[in-house]
Amino acid sequence: MRDTSWLAASRTRSAWLFLAPMLVLLAMVAGWPLIRTIWLGFTDANTLQIGEAKSVGFDNFLSHHDGKWFGVLADPVWWRAVKNTLWFTVFSVSIETVLGLGIALVLNRAFPGRGLVRAAILIPWAIPTVVSARIWGWLLNDQYGFINHVLISLHIIDRPIAWTADPSMLMTSVILVDVWKTTPFMSLLVLAALQMLPKECYEAALIDGIHPVKVFWRITLPLIRPALTVAVIFRAIDALRVFDAIYVLTGANERSMTMSIYARQQLFEFNQAGYGSAVSTLLFFIIALATILLLVATRVRLTED
Amino acid sequence: MRTLALLCSAAALFAGCKKSDDAAPKPTAEGSAKPGAAAPSGSVEIAISCGSVGKEFDVCKEGVDAWAKKTGNKATVVTSTTSSTDKLAAAQQLLSAESSDVDVFSVDVVWPGILGKFFVDLKPYTKGVEAEHFPALVANGTLDGKLVAMPWFADAGLLYYRKDLLDKYKEAAPTTWAQLTATAKKIQDAERKAGNKDMQGFVFQGKAYEGLTCDALEWVASFGGGSVVDPDGKISINNPGAAAALELAASWPGAISPTGALNAEEEEARTAFQSGNAVFMRNWPYAWALAQDASSPVKDKVGVAPLPKGDGDGARAAATLGGWDLSVSKFSKHPAEAADLVMYLTSAAEQKRRALTAAFNPTIPSLYSDKEIVAANPFLAGMGDTFKGAVPRPATVTGGKYNQVSSAFFNAVHSVISKEKPAKDALTELAAKLEQIKGPKW
Repeated sequence: MRDTSWLAASRTRSAWLFLAPMLVLLAMVAGWPLIRTIWLGFTDANTLQIGEAKSVGFDNFLSHHDGKWFGVLADPVWWRAVKNTLWFTVFSVSIETVLGLGIALVLNRAFPGRGLVRAAILIPWAIPTVVSARIWGWLLNDQYGFINHVLISLHIIDRPIAWTADPSMLMTSVILVDVWKTTPFMSLLVLAALQMLPKECYEAALIDGIHPVKVFWRITLPLIRPALTVAVIFRAIDALRVFDAIYVLTGANERSMTMSIYARQQLFEFNQAGYGSAVSTLLFFIIALATILLLVATRVRLTED
Repeated sequence: MRTLALLCSAAALFAGCKKSDDAAPKPTAEGSAKPGAAAPSGSVEIAISCGSVGKEFDVCKEGVDAWAKKTGNKATVVTSTTSSTDKLAAAQQLLSAESSDVDVFSVDVVWPGILGKFFVDLKPYTKGVEAEHFPALVANGTLDGKLVAMPWFADAGLLYYRKDLLDKYKEAAPTTWAQLTATAKKIQDAERKAGNKDMQGFVFQGKAYEGLTCDALEWVASFGGGSVVDPDGKISINNPGAAAALELAASWPGAISPTGALNAEEEEARTAFQSGNAVFMRNWPYAWALAQDASSPVKDKVGVAPLPKGDGDGARAAATLGGWDLSVSKFSKHPAEAADLVMYLTSAAEQKRRALTAAFNPTIPSLYSDKEIVAANPFLAGMGDTFKGAVPRPATVTGGKYNQVSSAFFNAVHSVISKEKPAKDALTELAAKLEQIKGPKW
């Protein structure tokens, strides 16, 4: 008895010892900046003179002076950014999930040249976002853009569409570019799940003469659901902090501003390290909340099954 | 998570600029080959960040290379973005991190109030030569008696027009915005009917960025609507003149301007105009040299005029005052050599070369009567008046908050010209927002 508990204690000790470098590193590169950002959010720090910060309590979040509300929670631009981000996340992730699932189902079948197609489909994912966003900016241009040229040549439209300038088209264009870029990621994750599925179920279904659509809904989808959930959560977190594609395509335009673009503008253009940190803190909690909600929602459904 | 991403992007930015430092210690062949060179020490490496709009990068590099050859030092030109809003953000990031990676910064005339404290006083290096430059520009670059920014080139908004098209339709260059709107509409429609489907009446900078602040300030000031924030600090933007100006501008996209103008910077406007697809363009002087380039489809078909006037009380022609200075970073390891480079690039000889090759307007008044310069840039002769009537952006009075003021202004203007809000509502909201940015005082 004594021996085993001594052994267990020693094992625990060495486990901590082996984990220590990783924990120290994590505390340094993730913990400290996070705590510092949250702390800066309660000061009036300026990016150009960060040392001279004074504490201002919750003023960066919300405060009331002379009958007017101040702080990020009272800024309509912030709420617009939140709305834009949620809109972007819901639409881009939904479309990517459906498309990714479809592509993965096709790629899961054996057909000649499958290896080549599988590699080719990853190209959009492999190009750095800034580069692909820039390329899309040129393709979508209303004066010299290729997309308009093709659509006009095919007589689908008769006047060029200003994809990245027309306020009513902005969000659509941005979602389009994100879908183009990230669908491969989705299909790759789903494909990995599909290839692990047990063949017996399908053989049994074949013998019973079940319709393929029914097979998909009753066998494939339930079996890949855990992998699909993980993929959707990954994408949703990514989409909630989207910055690069949208910023390159439209700049700091309030119509397509996301939470990250708003935070960056406060921090690096307006030099408001305190206010910007408060925004970053909010952003952090919104993403954490969204992740928890997604996890809870999917877990509830899994137990129902 | 967000913090991490921000940190990483900042780190990547710094790593990208690091090149100059790594190569610094090794002595250069050029340096040792020229023992009699006039440079202070002969083989240090200086990094300069200049712009990249149009030919700007190449012309800057030629000047910098000539200095390196003359002095035996090495110099690298760091690339930067075309949007001045993004350039400022990058400069702020580098300077607030006390980075020595960039020695010489090119500085927009609205930045000395924001960045001035990070730059060295150039007075010990100028030997009084700043007295030869426009006094207003020198004053703009002087902060608490220190010359933190040396004038490099001056800018003011200009109206470019197609001489051949105006002649063809027997129209004169417009002197009011209403005339411009009518003429642009007439020529655009006639040209489109004649088969030139891509023809546009008027192209300008309509993206939500600093360029739109410049364009919109011209519209507002020309209608007697002031300059957003008065020099005494009063927020004056919510007035009928400003509303009339913005309402007129809102009628352009989709009518005489492409809808794409709502996401256009200087270069998008110039590309459309230079390829022959626009009657009028609002742009800076640099576009002249490119439009007159041997490969340009509109060579010798382009005229330049002052920007039109508005209507109503106090209407006048107004051009936004722009221009760029050069500054030496306080964190530079070789401030003497960096200052020497600044003095070389801002010298009369170099400014003349830049005016001849790329139409950069000199900051030295005597160069405006130089025969060669005037022959290459005929519009320069009238530029003196344009500069006299030029409207400065409200940078001096708003100081470190200028960037927020400008951002609020261009976003409000953008919401009007993209027909999201009527001008009156947008200006009322803007005035409230500016009060909030102002707080108790600027």
